[in-house]
Amino acid sequence: DTSVLAGLYGPAEAKISKELPDRAALEVLLRPKVGLPGVLERSREQLLRQTCEAVVLGVLHPRTAITLVLQVLSDAGSLLSCCLNAACMALLDAGLPLAALFCGVTCALQPDGTILLDPTARQEQEARAILTFAIASSERKVLMANTKGSCSVEEMQQCLAAAQRAADAVFQFYRDSVRRRYSKS
Amino acid sequence: GSITTADGSALVKLGNTTVICGVKAELAAPAADSANKGYIVPNVELPSLCAERFRSGPPGEEAQAASQFIADVIENSQMIMKEDLCIASGKLAWVLYCDIICLDYDGNLLDASVFALLAALKNVQLPSVMINEESGLSEVNLKQKNPLIIRKHPVATSFAVFDDTLLIVDPTAEEEDLATGTVTIVTDEEGRLCSVHKPGGSPLTGAKLQDCITRAITRHKEVKKLIDKVIKSVTPK
Repeated sequence: DTSVLAGLYGPAEAKISKELPDRAALEVLLRPKVGLPGVLERSREQLLRQTCEAVVLGVLHPRTAITLVLQVLSDAGSLLSCCLNAACMALLDAGLPLAALFCGVTCALQPDGTILLDPTARQEQEARAILTFAIASSERKVLMANTKGSCSVEEMQQCLAAAQRAADAVFQFYRDSVRRRYSKS
Repeated sequence: GSITTADGSALVKLGNTTVICGVKAELAAPAADSANKGYIVPNVELPSLCAERFRSGPPGEEAQAASQFIADVIENSQMIMKEDLCIASGKLAWVLYCDIICLDYDGNLLDASVFALLAALKNVQLPSVMINEESGLSEVNLKQKNPLIIRKHPVATSFAVFDDTLLIVDPTAEEEDLATGTVTIVTDEEGRLCSVHKPGGSPLTGAKLQDCITRAITRHKEVKKLIDKVIKSVTPK
């Protein structure tokens, strides 16, 4: 039920103050459903921006600006990984050159130790810890990690392994979506 | 502490990076939905004097992201229980304003900020407050002071990642600029992970991440010893 609308603009001409001489300047704007963007949105924008910068081949488009705008339509848990998935699909849809795809997976560690993937808002509140990972499509490496609540090292490794397995399903969904988009053109 | 007008303060130097944290305690009414909880409000400032890249004006993205990170560390590690800050449920509670200001930016801001915050909170002496039954007003007794109850001691360790293979602990500003990514691990004294913060950057395998975590846990012990030594030397006998 969590949904995020992503709009990607670029590579377009950048303002002189923002342009980088050798690569594209990526900017991410995250707008919450209600209220003005605050410190939490800024921190998430930084996470998303650096994740996208790691996959987008910015050196192919120097002195340009790529702007990614994300609008939260509804939040029913696992918002950060929804934003990550929206960002990657927007990059795919725009046809930007990418080194790899990435997907966002949220793991919730319940009080009894079981791992729950993509928790709802209720499950997030009851959980002991919530870990969000951005997994890259090349060798399932970790691009981004963010944790809320404390957990032991073994639990983190288990969550990471579960997230890497779940990433396969998300990448398959990307493939199917892109295939559907271009099949009956 | 380092700031005489603050209720608690600490100055931390990690190499050339200098961060000062001042904690001011004020009284406020608790929120309606959590009547027995006080507030802890961290704020990280990167003034233009600390590095050329920061301009004066509204806080930039790095300062805001750092503030959010510190707030998350306080929340995740449960170093201070907000219930301990409550004086009278529903009526009066302490608000701790933690201002973390960077005086010299040479990389590794997050580590230094977490240390400064921990040391400043250990330095805080809160005056005892009594609520007068008849008048309903609060009486603050400045002569009788109590330290804060700090349950956990989180320590942050940052790494700069170069091309998925090389890891450098405690990077300087130059190393950070050249790095392809950064990882920050916050551990507490029981070896539990309070935060794994990897904001994008080049991809890491799970094994490399595990390597970072083991190093962070070892470093935690050394840092904790150092902080205890310094606090003991400052405490008046």
